[in-house]
Amino acid sequence: MERVVVSMQDPDQGVKMRSQRLLVTVIPHAVTGSDVVQWLTQKFCISEEEAVHLGAVLLQHGYIYPLRDPRSLVLRPDETPYRFQVRLWGAAIYLAKKNIRKQGTLADYEKECYDRLHTKISHAWDLVLMQAREQLRAAKQRRKGDRLVIACQEQTYWLVNRPPPGVPSVLEQGPGRGSCAASRVHMTKSADFYKQEIEYCRRALGRTRVKSSVCLEAYLSFCGQRGPHDPLVSGCLPSNPWISDDDAYWVMNAPTVAAPTKLRVERWGFSFRELLEDPVGRAHFMDFLGKEFSGENLSFWEACEELRYGAQARVPTLVDAVYQQFLAPGAARWVNIDSRTMERTLEGLRQPHRYVLDDAQLHIYMLMKKDSYPRFLKSDMYKGLLAEAGIPLETKKRVFPFSRRPRHSSPSPALLPTAVELTAAGGPGGGDGVA
Amino acid sequence: MCDQTFLANVFGSCDKCFKQRALRPVFKKSQQLSYCSTCAEIVSATLKKIKGQLDTARARAAGLHQVAERVEALGQFVMKTRRTLKGHGNKVLCMDWCKDKRRIVSSSQDGKVIVWDSFTTNKEHAVTMPCTWVMACAYAPSGCAIACGGLDNKCSVYPLTFDKNENMAAKKKSVAMHTNYLSACSFTNSDMQILTASGDGTCALWDVESGQLLQSFHGHGADVLCLDLAPSETGNTFVSGGCDKKAMVWDMRSGQCVQAFETHESDINSVRYYPSGDAFASGSDDATCRLYDLRADREVAIYSKESIIFGASSVDFSLSGRLLFAGYNDYTINVWDVLKGSRVSILFGHENRVSTLRVSPDGTAFCSGSWDHTLRVREMVFSFRVCERRKEG
Repeated sequence: MERVVVSMQDPDQGVKMRSQRLLVTVIPHAVTGSDVVQWLTQKFCISEEEAVHLGAVLLQHGYIYPLRDPRSLVLRPDETPYRFQVRLWGAAIYLAKKNIRKQGTLADYEKECYDRLHTKISHAWDLVLMQAREQLRAAKQRRKGDRLVIACQEQTYWLVNRPPPGVPSVLEQGPGRGSCAASRVHMTKSADFYKQEIEYCRRALGRTRVKSSVCLEAYLSFCGQRGPHDPLVSGCLPSNPWISDDDAYWVMNAPTVAAPTKLRVERWGFSFRELLEDPVGRAHFMDFLGKEFSGENLSFWEACEELRYGAQARVPTLVDAVYQQFLAPGAARWVNIDSRTMERTLEGLRQPHRYVLDDAQLHIYMLMKKDSYPRFLKSDMYKGLLAEAGIPLETKKRVFPFSRRPRHSSPSPALLPTAVELTAAGGPGGGDGVA
Repeated sequence: MCDQTFLANVFGSCDKCFKQRALRPVFKKSQQLSYCSTCAEIVSATLKKIKGQLDTARARAAGLHQVAERVEALGQFVMKTRRTLKGHGNKVLCMDWCKDKRRIVSSSQDGKVIVWDSFTTNKEHAVTMPCTWVMACAYAPSGCAIACGGLDNKCSVYPLTFDKNENMAAKKKSVAMHTNYLSACSFTNSDMQILTASGDGTCALWDVESGQLLQSFHGHGADVLCLDLAPSETGNTFVSGGCDKKAMVWDMRSGQCVQAFETHESDINSVRYYPSGDAFASGSDDATCRLYDLRADREVAIYSKESIIFGASSVDFSLSGRLLFAGYNDYTINVWDVLKGSRVSILFGHENRVSTLRVSPDGTAFCSGSWDHTLRVREMVFSFRVCERRKEG
C-alpha cells in the first residue's frame, strides 16, 4: 500500500495537486476525490467502481484524509478536497492538545485513552504537554488554511487508529500468527533435521518430471472437456436452483435416481474415477461386471476402501472379513491377483493395519481401469444408457419476477434412520434420503 | 596510421584438432586451452545454439497463459448475490458445504457454529463452542456430523441431531489435540477420519471414534494455515500451506513430504486442488494467487494485478477448473480465468474482509463468508456461452 501512495504523491506522475478551495479558505497541495479516482483508473487499468473502492480503502487506512467533513471516512469522487497524511507522532499530543483547548471536555473513550497513555508514557508526559502547548501556540499564529488542514489531519489519524467504540477498526487483525523468524529460532536444527532435508532433496532430484508443455496441454483439454458440465460457466438445465428458486435440478441429479441426465452419463466416460464416484454409474458398472463374471473385483475394491477409511477399531475384523471372502484359497469370491502381490499381501496380513491391502487394491483397480472400463464404454449397455438419457427442458423464465416460488426445504441427511456414511460400501442401496 | 588492434597470435598445435595453426585461448570448465580459430568458432557457435535452445525452451515453458492464447475468452456475464445469510453476531471465519449441495456450516469469532439450509436460509442447528475464534469447520461426507476448532487447540466433532431434547454439545467428541490453535480441518472420504492443520506447525490425521493419532506430518517451519485433500484415484495425498511461505504435498500413509513449493513472498492463506488433481492453487498475503503443477513440479501461473494490494484469504475453483474465485482482505472477490491468467470480474458487496470462500459441490453457486458477519451465496450467468448448449433431440 505504501508503494501506491508514494507513487500517487510523485510530482510528475502522481495525482494532480492544486490549491483547493474550501468555503472561503484556500488550501494548497490538495487533491480532489475525482482526481484520485481518475489517476487510479488510468494507472492500474481498472474500472471506476474499483478505483473508488481502492481509494476508499486508502482513506480508511489513513493514508489520505478529507478536508471537509473529517468525521466520515468516505471517498467522494467529486470536488471534495483531500490530502495525503504525514505521519503524525503521538496520539498523546493530539489528546493533550484537545484537553488543553477544551479544558477537560473529552469524550469518555478519549478520556480512557488519555489516562492509559498517561500511565504508559508518564516519564515523558512533561515532554508531551510541552509539545502540545507549543503546537497550540504555533497554531494560533498560523494561517487559517494551515490550521484547518492540521485539524483535519489529526482528526482522521485519530479516527483510524482509535476508532470510537462500536465502529469496526480497519486495522483489526486475526489472532497472532507465528512468523517465520520467530519459529526458526525455536526449531532445533538437529542432525535429524538436516538428514531429513538431504533425503528430501535427493528424492526431489531423482523424481521424474513431466514436460511442462504436456502438463499445460492437459489443463486446456480438461477445461474444454468439462466446460459444458460446469454450471457457473455454461449454465445448467432445467435451471440453476439459486436463480429460479426451483430445486428441480437437484431432484434430477440426486445421487441415486432412476433416469440420469445425458450430461451425467457422458461424465462416466471421462475417467474411471468419475464412474466410480457416481452411485448410479457404479451400480451400472457392477451390473456390467456381473455379466462378465468379474463382479468380485469391484466388491473387493469397495471393501478395501471401507478398510482404509473406516474406524481404527474395526481394522482387524475388516481385514479378516476381506481375507475370508476374497483372498483365502477357495474363497467364495476369490479375486485374481498376481502371485507376487498376493504373497506380499498375505505376508502383511500377519500384522494387519489399514494399509495392508493397498497393493492388492491398486492391482485390482488398475485391472478394472485398463480392461473392464474400456469394454464397458464400448458396450451396448452403456450406449443404451447414453441414448436413453434425456436433456431436461429449460424452464421458461417467469414473466413476473416478483412472484417468488416457495423454496422447498429438503430433509437433512442427518435425519436418515440408518446414518450410514456414503463411503465405498454405500453403493446403490443407501443414501437416497436427499431429495 | 590505422588504429586496429591486433591479436597477439601464438603459433602452435591446436588442442582440439592438433593442426599447426594460429592459436587463441579458450576457457573450458575453468581450464585454459588453446584452440585454432576454426575450432574456436565451432565451439562458440555450439554454445550460442545451446543458449538459444535454452532460451526458447524457457520462453515456451514460461507459462500456461501463452499456451492458452488459442482458447476462446469467456465473455460477459452477470453475477448476483442470491442469498445473504445473516445470523452470526461476529466475524464469520470459515464455512463448508454439505454434499447435498445446499446445506452449509459456518463458524465465527464469538464461538458460534451454525448449520444452515442456505437454499431456504433457515438455520438448522447452532452450537456454541467454549472458545472464541473458531477458525476451522467442516461438514462430514454423510451430512450427519460437523467438525470445528480454533483457539482451543482441539478439533471437536458434533453429530447432528434433530432431537429437541438433546443438547448437541452433550454428544461432542474431542478428536484432535494440538499445542497451538487449529487453523483448518477436513474429513477424508468418510466420517471416521479427520485431517487437521494447526498453528504448531504440524498437520495430523485422527481416528474420530477413538481420538487416536493415526499419522502426523512435520516439516513446516511455521504455522500451517490451510490444507486440502487431493481428488485422486488412489486418494493418498494432501497439500498444506503455511506462514513459512511453503506449500507442501504430503503422503498420508507414510507421513513424508512428497513435494514442496516455495515461490510465494508471504504467508499462504489458502490452498485448493484443481479438479483433475494434477495441480493446486494457493492464495497468499502477497496479494497473488499461484497455480502449481504437481507433475511438472513447478509453478505454472501467477494471478495478480497491480491494483490488488491486499492479501488473498481464500481460493476455490469452479467445477471445470476454468474459473478461480479468490476472496481478498480488501472486501472484494476477484474471479480469474485460470487458463488465460486474466481477471474476469471483481465482486463487491461485503463490508469487511472476505475470510472464506467455497464453491458448492455441484458447482451451481459459491458462498463467501466475511468479517461483516454475513455469508453470501452467488451464482453467475454468462450472456455469451462459450460452449454451445446442445439442442434437444
